[in-house]
Amino acid sequence: MFQSQSQSATSAASDLKPVAPAGLLSGYKPVGGLFDEWLAADGSPRGHYAKLLGTLGEFSAAEMEQHAETCRRLIHEQGITYNVYGDPRGMERPWQMDPIPLVIAPDEWRKLEIGLIQRATLLNKILADCYGNQDLIRSRWLSPALVFAQPDFLRPCHNIRQPNGNFLHFYAADLARSPDGQWWVVSDRTQIPTGAGYALANRLITSRLLPEPFRDNHVQRLAGFFRTAQNTLAQLAPRPSENTRVVMLTPGPHNETYFEQSYLARYLGYMLVEGQDLTVRDNHVWLKTLSGLERVDVILRRVDEDFCDPLELRNDSMLGVPGLVEAVRAGNVTVANALGSGLLQSPAFLSFLPGLCRHLLGEELKLPSVATWWCGQKSAQKHVLEHLDKLIVKPAFRAFSYNANVEKLFSHAQRDELKRRIEFDPDLFAAQERVQFSTAPSWDKGAIVPRPVELRVYLVANGDGFCVMPGGLTRVSPDSSQHFTSLQRGGSSKDTWVTSETPVEEITLLQSSQQNVELRRTGNNLPSRLADNFFWLGRYSERADATARLLRSALLRFNPERTGSALALLAPLLQTLQTQGQLSEVLEHAALCRNAEAFEAELLGAIFDAAHAGSLREIVDHLQRLAMFVRDRTSNDMWRVISSLNDRLALPTNNSVLLVGDAVVTLNETLLGLAAFHGLARENMTRAQAWRFLDMGLRLERAIYLGTLLDATLQSPEADNPSVLEAVLDVADSSITYRSRYTLLPHIPAVFDLVLLDDKNPRSVLFQIEQLIQHFSHLPLERDADLPESGKNILQECRNRLIKTDTRELASLKNNWHASLVGEVIQATLADLPKISDAIAAAYFAHSTISRTGRENA
Amino acid sequence: MNYNIIHRTIYEYTAPVTVSHHVARLEPRATATQTQEQFSLKIFPEPALRRGRTDYFGNKLCLFSVQKVHSHLEILTQSRVAVHLKNPPAYENPTAWDEAAKLFRDPVSPEVVEPYQFIFDSPMIRASLELSDYARESFGKDTPLIEGAKDLTRRIFTDFKYDPKATTIATPLEEVLQKRRGVCQDFAHLGIAFLRSLGLPARYVSGYLRTHPPEGKPRLVGADASHAWFSIFCPGTGWVDFDPTNNVQTGIDHITVAYGRDFGDVSPVAGILTGGGQHVVKVSVDVEAV
Repeated sequence: MFQSQSQSATSAASDLKPVAPAGLLSGYKPVGGLFDEWLAADGSPRGHYAKLLGTLGEFSAAEMEQHAETCRRLIHEQGITYNVYGDPRGMERPWQMDPIPLVIAPDEWRKLEIGLIQRATLLNKILADCYGNQDLIRSRWLSPALVFAQPDFLRPCHNIRQPNGNFLHFYAADLARSPDGQWWVVSDRTQIPTGAGYALANRLITSRLLPEPFRDNHVQRLAGFFRTAQNTLAQLAPRPSENTRVVMLTPGPHNETYFEQSYLARYLGYMLVEGQDLTVRDNHVWLKTLSGLERVDVILRRVDEDFCDPLELRNDSMLGVPGLVEAVRAGNVTVANALGSGLLQSPAFLSFLPGLCRHLLGEELKLPSVATWWCGQKSAQKHVLEHLDKLIVKPAFRAFSYNANVEKLFSHAQRDELKRRIEFDPDLFAAQERVQFSTAPSWDKGAIVPRPVELRVYLVANGDGFCVMPGGLTRVSPDSSQHFTSLQRGGSSKDTWVTSETPVEEITLLQSSQQNVELRRTGNNLPSRLADNFFWLGRYSERADATARLLRSALLRFNPERTGSALALLAPLLQTLQTQGQLSEVLEHAALCRNAEAFEAELLGAIFDAAHAGSLREIVDHLQRLAMFVRDRTSNDMWRVISSLNDRLALPTNNSVLLVGDAVVTLNETLLGLAAFHGLARENMTRAQAWRFLDMGLRLERAIYLGTLLDATLQSPEADNPSVLEAVLDVADSSITYRSRYTLLPHIPAVFDLVLLDDKNPRSVLFQIEQLIQHFSHLPLERDADLPESGKNILQECRNRLIKTDTRELASLKNNWHASLVGEVIQATLADLPKISDAIAAAYFAHSTISRTGRENA
Repeated sequence: MNYNIIHRTIYEYTAPVTVSHHVARLEPRATATQTQEQFSLKIFPEPALRRGRTDYFGNKLCLFSVQKVHSHLEILTQSRVAVHLKNPPAYENPTAWDEAAKLFRDPVSPEVVEPYQFIFDSPMIRASLELSDYARESFGKDTPLIEGAKDLTRRIFTDFKYDPKATTIATPLEEVLQKRRGVCQDFAHLGIAFLRSLGLPARYVSGYLRTHPPEGKPRLVGADASHAWFSIFCPGTGWVDFDPTNNVQTGIDHITVAYGRDFGDVSPVAGILTGGGQHVVKVSVDVEAV
């Protein structure tokens, strides 16, 4: 079918008048000897780039730079990141993207598709044989060492049957184009083909950045590919069901492509889970949720296969699910890609593919691989040793873990040592011809220049065949040196436009409204680990809010010119900040007067210094990390608000020029950001478990801060001083209410009544307790009926104690406020609050830790 | 010789275990010189699920899951095995070791694919030039494979000291080599690593050893232990076993349970627990000749 199409197709794009190099493009000079995607060897432009470059060519450098800036901003706003391991500057790196897409003509793409589908089909057949009868080994089509020497040949997975004989549900290939225009496969990705999510993220950006060329080029949409992926995964479910549960298994937020995982999970509508969220019981896989276990049918795996089950695979894995292999073997759950599919990722297989293709499919291999020699074959070994200078030697297999750093050998270029190692253990080495990449127009430092590109393309199994994503992830080398070390080291990416002769159909991932829909009022049950994260997200967001309020009040009231008596009025605020860990120590009154500058620096450090434990900056950092853990459960807006909080608190380049006034402005902005976050939580989250845990965290934290402040106030000898009380009202955001009710200066019983006891005031302690009681009554009780009850009891006691309290008592006192009944109630409440947090944790977040038993041996 | 073997493994946990999954490889397999006549496996508390299976290397294994809260787990096996006299000509096979190694160089005939699998690095054993240098002292030019293996067994026995405190199951081979101390598992791994470094297939055998009480003393019940040794592929004869811990070729006192590439393939009992805290394990083995 594909062939007949490609024969009849005449590229509509090539009929267009090609764009002659002009404007920004006038300086474009292809690198001699390399294929350029835009300009042919004779300098004539290729037609399929005409519409895109026609638009870009009219831009001035400034306009183009603005485009690039918009691109960076969109990436930042959407929090598209890539994690870099072991980087002291922090792991998260913004995703790098060049605003000029790679364009591929439709007829050329069709040829690629045919080759890719053939290749995926072939690889799947090889996997089925290696994990089945192993006829290919017995009949000498495959060298036995290729399978047996590989750490990725998972013996426990041998003879596990796969639904439809499908091992390779997802497959990606890295492609390079040689000077003669031929595409070559550089490597096959059969284990966990990463990057499709980044391709999608890139697409969303270019379609916004270049709407006209995007439309006029009839760029083929990516959504259809993901819809096929959804169907394929749904069909892998072992039991036919309306409500097949597919989950995506992630190694966690520290994995380099965690952003992509949460992005794809959300896009595809799957729950993103870690190994500890799942458990095997009765040989089935279950998701641990707040109200019990829920069955899992399909696992889309982003954890390396050998880490998936510490019982039968690598026993040092903390990422897997004990018993998973046996559940798969019993046919109770399907894992995609199949456990063991990483076998074919070895470059050693490449040289066998042409023969295997003829043998298994009766066809010639349509898409060739970069010339590769595996030293396990005598003739290949000879060739490699004789041509060491011209070839790139690679480890043939992923090393056993303790055998890491083999790569050092290659980079340190000790030729003789390398030779000796190859001769000693030839199976472990492969060598490839140096790959030459084509170049494509890219934006770099104010000019459009040719940069080497490598294209990763994606396939998904579809019935008996495969479906190719029309597009892909293009990687761009930062200079013309042709090195694609990795995106971790300065490399960038591009969107990939596969154009079409005819307008393309809009596709949505949502199911058609024709189907019968069962109405639901509750979403999927929340995994315990996420409930934990939401609870702490709530706590930290409120901790940031309270800290910012306290610091702002302190800064506004602090005046180094004034005499010591005014400084004493700050005591309750500073005491609260100290109790909650924002200030390391409260300076003595006398010292404070002597050294106003040091004190000011201390306050500024409590705001901006990320290294200062408990500082606002550190709290916000933590908040952002928690937000990342629940990324697939919160809206983009919430994420954006939180990540902009962190941006705001990033220190101006020079610490010394920081003024108190600037700091107050920053605190004001931070408080507005937090208000936006809380507003989004309140107005945009359904009243389900996630919201409930978030709000419980918030209420608890607010009660703690308010309680601490009121307690500190009563400890102050100036507790009845209107200035002190004014500060309390300010921190509790209750000044307006107070003024509307009382025409007096702040008066101690009235202030305490409003901030401690008024159940209509959303900033009073009692209000928080009432809200927590409400939440507790909605929590599922199935786990361990005892525990939430104990939390509930503590809350009831707190409430009863507060209701009975009368603050008028305070008016009659002249000092020693702390010993009053009100003071005792506050202290008792403060002692109870941590117990409530513990009760919630014990009842709902207990992540039972797993351990393993080995065995002493004789 | 017929044996009655009782193998008891008891785990005591300091905190309750809510779920545990285990793999046990405790059922003696049949070999050229051994037949299994009876086997039973009892588990307390009774597992919710229990499935038997044959692994990639043909060993019998049992997967089981205990799903009720427990702080004590007991695994008890009873095996009846007949060990036939080893065939003496095996030790007179004159094949030179370098001739044997040639069989396993590219291109390798499909006929020797089965032993070929045991020539490669495995998770716990990695060949190296250093190991090969050590081994070469036992394997001169034209040394018969069997003679070389005997000498290697002797050298491991004399160069390395048996010391149960020196290593754990996680101790890497490099450390054993450096410390020159270890237990049967380490010595078996060493032998395999030496042989593989020469390009010869070798495998790990787990099993039992019948112990003989000192003259005039009664046999102590339960004083035996599980044991391990290595096996080398000898063209024309098949697998021949050597016990470097005792410097012997295996005879009627050795009972095979399972074999694989290294300990990881045949670990007698392995488990993953939810909860459990610290655990203490007690193992007792009784090998009784009947």
